[in-house]
Amino acid sequence: MSVALQTAPAAPAKDRVETPFQRFVSEFCESKLALLGLAVFTVIALVAILAPWIAPQDPYDLAVLDIMDGRLEPGSKSGDGSITYWLGTDDQGRDMLSGIMYGLRISLTVGAGSALLACIVGASLGLLAAYAGGKTDSAIMRVVDLQLSFPAILVALMILAFLGKSVMNVVIAIVVVEWAYYARTVRGTALVERRREYIEAAQCLALPTHRILFRHLLPNCLPPLIVIGTMQVARAIALEATLSFLGLGVPITEPSLGLLIANGYEYMLSGKYWISFYPGIALLITIVAINLVGDHLRDVLNPRLKK
Amino acid sequence: MADAPTPAAPQGAPTLEVRNLRTHFFTRAGVVKAVDDVSFTVGRGKVLGLVGESGSGKSVTGFSVMGLVDPPGRVVSGQILFKGQDLAKLSDEEMRKLRGNRIAMIFQDPMMTLNPVLRVDTQMIETVLAHEKVPEEEARRRARDALGMVGIPSPEERLKSYPHQFSGGMRQRVAIAIALLHRPDLIVADEPTTALDVTIQGQILAEVQKLAATTGTSLIWITHDLSVVAGLADDIAVMYAGKIVEHGDVGEVLDKPLHPYTHGLIGSVPSRNRRGEPLRQIPGMTPSLLSLAPGCAFRARCPRAAADCVEMPELHPWRPDRLARCHHPHLENVEQVA
Amino acid sequence: MSVYLLRRLIQAVGVVFAMSLIVFIGVFAIGDPVEILISPDADQIERERAIRALGLDLPLWEQYLIFLGKALQGDLGRSFVFNEPALQLILQRMPATLELAIAATLGAIVIGLPLGLYAGLRPHSLGSKAIMAGSILGFSLPTFWVGLMLIMVFAVQLGWLPSTGRGDTVEILGMRWSFLTADGLAHLVMPALNLALFKISLVIRLTRAGVRETMLMDYVKFARAKGLSPFRVTFVHVFKNILIPVVTVTGLEFGSTIAFSVVTESIFAWPGMGKLIIDSINVLDRPVIVAYLMIIVLMFITINLIVDLTYSVLDPRVRLEGK
Repeated sequence: MSVALQTAPAAPAKDRVETPFQRFVSEFCESKLALLGLAVFTVIALVAILAPWIAPQDPYDLAVLDIMDGRLEPGSKSGDGSITYWLGTDDQGRDMLSGIMYGLRISLTVGAGSALLACIVGASLGLLAAYAGGKTDSAIMRVVDLQLSFPAILVALMILAFLGKSVMNVVIAIVVVEWAYYARTVRGTALVERRREYIEAAQCLALPTHRILFRHLLPNCLPPLIVIGTMQVARAIALEATLSFLGLGVPITEPSLGLLIANGYEYMLSGKYWISFYPGIALLITIVAINLVGDHLRDVLNPRLKK
Repeated sequence: MADAPTPAAPQGAPTLEVRNLRTHFFTRAGVVKAVDDVSFTVGRGKVLGLVGESGSGKSVTGFSVMGLVDPPGRVVSGQILFKGQDLAKLSDEEMRKLRGNRIAMIFQDPMMTLNPVLRVDTQMIETVLAHEKVPEEEARRRARDALGMVGIPSPEERLKSYPHQFSGGMRQRVAIAIALLHRPDLIVADEPTTALDVTIQGQILAEVQKLAATTGTSLIWITHDLSVVAGLADDIAVMYAGKIVEHGDVGEVLDKPLHPYTHGLIGSVPSRNRRGEPLRQIPGMTPSLLSLAPGCAFRARCPRAAADCVEMPELHPWRPDRLARCHHPHLENVEQVA
Repeated sequence: MSVYLLRRLIQAVGVVFAMSLIVFIGVFAIGDPVEILISPDADQIERERAIRALGLDLPLWEQYLIFLGKALQGDLGRSFVFNEPALQLILQRMPATLELAIAATLGAIVIGLPLGLYAGLRPHSLGSKAIMAGSILGFSLPTFWVGLMLIMVFAVQLGWLPSTGRGDTVEILGMRWSFLTADGLAHLVMPALNLALFKISLVIRLTRAGVRETMLMDYVKFARAKGLSPFRVTFVHVFKNILIPVVTVTGLEFGSTIAFSVVTESIFAWPGMGKLIIDSINVLDRPVIVAYLMIIVLMFITINLIVDLTYSVLDPRVRLEGK
């Protein structure tokens, strides 16, 4: 009791030195669902990164694959008894669990990579639009509006139709689909920020434009950018999976989750569900986890929702 | 007219008698006692002015009478006797049959009370049909007559309009016409003229006064504007922090206020008689109903507050028909004249 | 009103031209036009002749004008694979896609609206929480995977519904429709549901948000004060107000429903435009690709135009401002 009395007055003092980042962390931790999402995503990311070391089998090494083990049910043992296929095998006799681990690698790399690239392109153009104003602004925003009026899948199909199928082109397609969201968000925030005094002060000091843009304006646009970014990573992963499923994405030699699902499609009709089912579950969990985090980030970082 | 059964309604019973009404809101932050032990009576054909600042509980009192308090709010205890019948005990369906029929309500903002996507005739005819089985033509005729009664020119044409085609004052007239459709015994008017221009306000007031007089309708006029009450009401009840602090005849109360709050309220109205003098004002702010300290809620702002004010005063009849909830009322006001 | 209509029409035509330019540059400048427009089997002499015949030696702007001129006459080239005019090929497949998209849109409204209404009226009930959790799942679930799971459960395991194809069709106005036969309807159910999944979630969220917002409005309280039955308050006063945004968004989404039918058609082997475009991209049948893109852009712009006009009809306030 006396201990509680002693510590009570100290608490406000601690509050005062709390940095914005600490407050953000503590507010984020308020939602158990978001923490769960973050934990699940961390596990998934670790699995993807560590796949070569923790996967039971190297799914790309044709030497270890035994065609006799093809389409085995989950839980069956390989012909030589050396390995248990917990999630079954595909038509090549590839262990599905290992396939999913490696597939996650590709899905996450392509998804996160292209979302990051889109973020760089979009944020730069958004900043430019907000800072330059006038004709530059309206030209960039006209393109943004036009593009946002068409659905992602259509824009991606268009790009792939122009450029042909390849992993690089999938990345380009996702960047083209997503940059507009970043550009619109950053421009909106930057327009508000650039009227603040600190930007005027920076201009008075005759700092170079790029310095004002990236050192002063950009950090203040970060919160909405993080929110959009999280959501767009989930969207990028889903889009990549969809394109790969349609056969327009990654090559068959390096299957992402989408392609794994597509491979199982023809066996589904004969009741061999696991080839498509488990990669789909992995994809679903990844997307839901990211969305849970993003949903809560939006609540925490959105100043309009603050009391 | 399918009146709900009114058992043992004594002849000459007041239209409305509210006894010890408590309406509380159960929010996450705690219980808000928006209406806390409120009692008053409205006689047949009489007008009661319910006065108070925003947040004093006057609107919630009105909604409690209408049976329109929404969660997290609830009428916790007390009686609402409408012609002798306790409304607080009625089922939802029984209450619905009274609402808009025997008891009607007019809202504050006429721009918001009419549904923007429905034509005026739809909104009027549905009110008729909700309580009476009459042919649609008959309902339309009544709607037209009601519009004419509240002074809307060419009602036949106006029936086919959408609300946004009316001005604010006209919309409030439509709302009043809707309230009058079934010639109710009681109308609860929640600041119906606050959102209107002063000239329109005067017109509406005159109109309502005339209608109430001719139809024998009783009125509860909720407002924060003392000058409106002065010209319209028979009785006045002043509310502060969920409680009635002063109750009495409107002329008496406004001329000789007993409660320091009423006194301050009257003093803060600019008046021709006191031109040039600085306006008196009540210092401080309305207290939060969440963290109400025990005792008189007004004492922190009260010039007459003393040590005994930490105890909640009763609503005491200091003079016949002059109630005030105060330990130190302005008795000099009544004594000077007496 | 007519000024507004005219301005919107001019805007729409502008967007069509902009898109035709983008598609033209995409196909003729970024990609290799020879590879795109001339069959890969052609030998060197044939190629030279074809390049001259197609005007590929002309400056780019002149080529664009020729492309535009032909496009305006409805000539978007011939398919390499089918050796038919590309436009005709697309138009043949269009009814199937439209049927699927309309079924999905109707399904989204029929399923989503009541669920959203319930979730909005009883926001704290267990059922509402389940509905909202379901809608989050509906946004997150990859459409194509759900399609496969539908086939697995209803076609393979339970055997209730056919897995692929259109089933029996009936010809009306020179187009074939599935929904008029029992067999066709059985074939339509799963693809339509699959395509509708995302829209259902969207409609639920829109409806719920709309209901919750509208319920707080004074005019709803006034409607209750008039003694209207709860049924009439909900289904006339609240419902009519939320119908406007829901119809608008569902309408605007119709275009993206058509675009996303690409995925659904591939899974369920539904013989529509979407399946055709995927096949065409896979075999590099570029005239068909160009035709598809131009058609779908045209459809999109038409839909946006129609939705704008419908909106002004639905909401009396907009109608007045437009006059």
